[in-house]
Amino acid sequence: MSDVAERVKKIVVEHLGVEEDKVTENASFIDDLGADSLDTVELVMAFEEEFGIEIPDDAAENIQTFGDAVKFISEAA
Amino acid sequence: MRRVVVTGLGLVTPLACGVEESWSRLIAGQSGANRIGQFDPEGLTTTYACEVPRGDGSDGTFNADDWMEPKEQRKVDTFILFGVAAAQQAVEDSGWKPTDPEAQARTGVLIGSGIGGLNSIANTAVMMEEKGPRRVSPFFVPGALINLISGQVSIKYGFRGPNHSVVTACSTGAHAIGDAARLIQWGDADVMVAGGAEAAICKIGIAGFNACKALSTKYGDDPTKASRPYDADRDGFVMGEGAGIVVLEEYEHAVARGAKIYGEYLGYGLSGDAYHITAPSEDGDGARRSMEMALNRAGITPADVDYVNAHGTSTMADTIELGAVERLMGDHASAVTMSSTKSATGHLLGAAGAIEAIFSILAIRDQVAPPTINLDNPAVETAIDLAPNAKVERKIDIALSNSFGFGGTNASLVFGKVR
Repeated sequence: MSDVAERVKKIVVEHLGVEEDKVTENASFIDDLGADSLDTVELVMAFEEEFGIEIPDDAAENIQTFGDAVKFISEAA
Repeated sequence: MRRVVVTGLGLVTPLACGVEESWSRLIAGQSGANRIGQFDPEGLTTTYACEVPRGDGSDGTFNADDWMEPKEQRKVDTFILFGVAAAQQAVEDSGWKPTDPEAQARTGVLIGSGIGGLNSIANTAVMMEEKGPRRVSPFFVPGALINLISGQVSIKYGFRGPNHSVVTACSTGAHAIGDAARLIQWGDADVMVAGGAEAAICKIGIAGFNACKALSTKYGDDPTKASRPYDADRDGFVMGEGAGIVVLEEYEHAVARGAKIYGEYLGYGLSGDAYHITAPSEDGDGARRSMEMALNRAGITPADVDYVNAHGTSTMADTIELGAVERLMGDHASAVTMSSTKSATGHLLGAAGAIEAIFSILAIRDQVAPPTINLDNPAVETAIDLAPNAKVERKIDIALSNSFGFGGTNASLVFGKVR
């Protein structure tokens, strides 16, 4: 797993209080990992903080899964 | 009017987490004061407070993980955490956890706070200045709002009845319990989870009350001596934190399910001073009218009162309340025991009235008045027994609890044995 993926996974595990093995490529934050809409806002903020990037609101709306997050951040960072 | 009884209790206090743990330490005359440990208090005029003892949950310590998942703790201010913990104790104690939607809709929550998420607001403001507005958490607002204890408790247990809150400074806890009891009396609910919570021991909280000249300042060498209501050497209140929550229940409802009944809520009085933003009116008129209304509602006279849990904050205002109680009691004054449990717990602001209502109920249960500790040299003479430095074992059928707050807001509650 890439360095970006490891760091994203760590944030997801911390913020959503889920087991690491549940955080798979296609795991949806809301449907599979128990997040609500406020949790997803906070997750995006945590990604911004960790990677020193800005994720615009329209892009944030498309980050639904762990894989989406890793892909967006890898391209932006 | 429907009758209301108390069927569940929950406490998080500077003495301990837990009802019996807090009560036994209170009766034993222990103090909850110490040098502030949550942050470095150096530079503040007051460096001590009555903090809830944090720990692994053993020996009466408060372990946040026992009450809320770590990922949820990050989303709420400490006052909500304390409130949820005390509410959970009270609900478990009452055994009232209905799954039937009708019963859930007849159960409400009314928990208040004096200041709410002060520390969260301060920290978020500083963070926003440093990192900009995009870093403000989506959980900042719902984690700091005062009515969110009521919201959290209702979500946790599915209580879909009246969902309400109170903000009346240091009278909050008493107002919450009184208002909740009235909702039951009027038939708007059969069961109410009610009380108050506070967690304002933070830099801006201490600095703010220091600026009002309200806090004790000269006992840094021995904070356990600082809260000393009625004593000539008192110099202000000691800030406390925690929560007190009761389960109030319509009498027949409690009897029908065989609930353990601690005592009966008998009366509630409210008044305003219309005098000053922080000082009580010097004639004690507001306090007297609040107590009188509560006794009238209870259908009793001053001569029926055995124990008074005083507001008694360890400020100059102590003697104003004492005078009002003396005049109300008249010839009966010498038969009354009145203590200030703030001598041990400090002043829990919006939670004070709630924890003191619980202490009043336990005083009736155990027929013992908790002591006023540190009362070594009374500032005034009085016929009333102030329970100096030792508990008083005596007949207590009726207890009156007073709470007075900034803004000139007064509340009194009367509890008794179930008749």
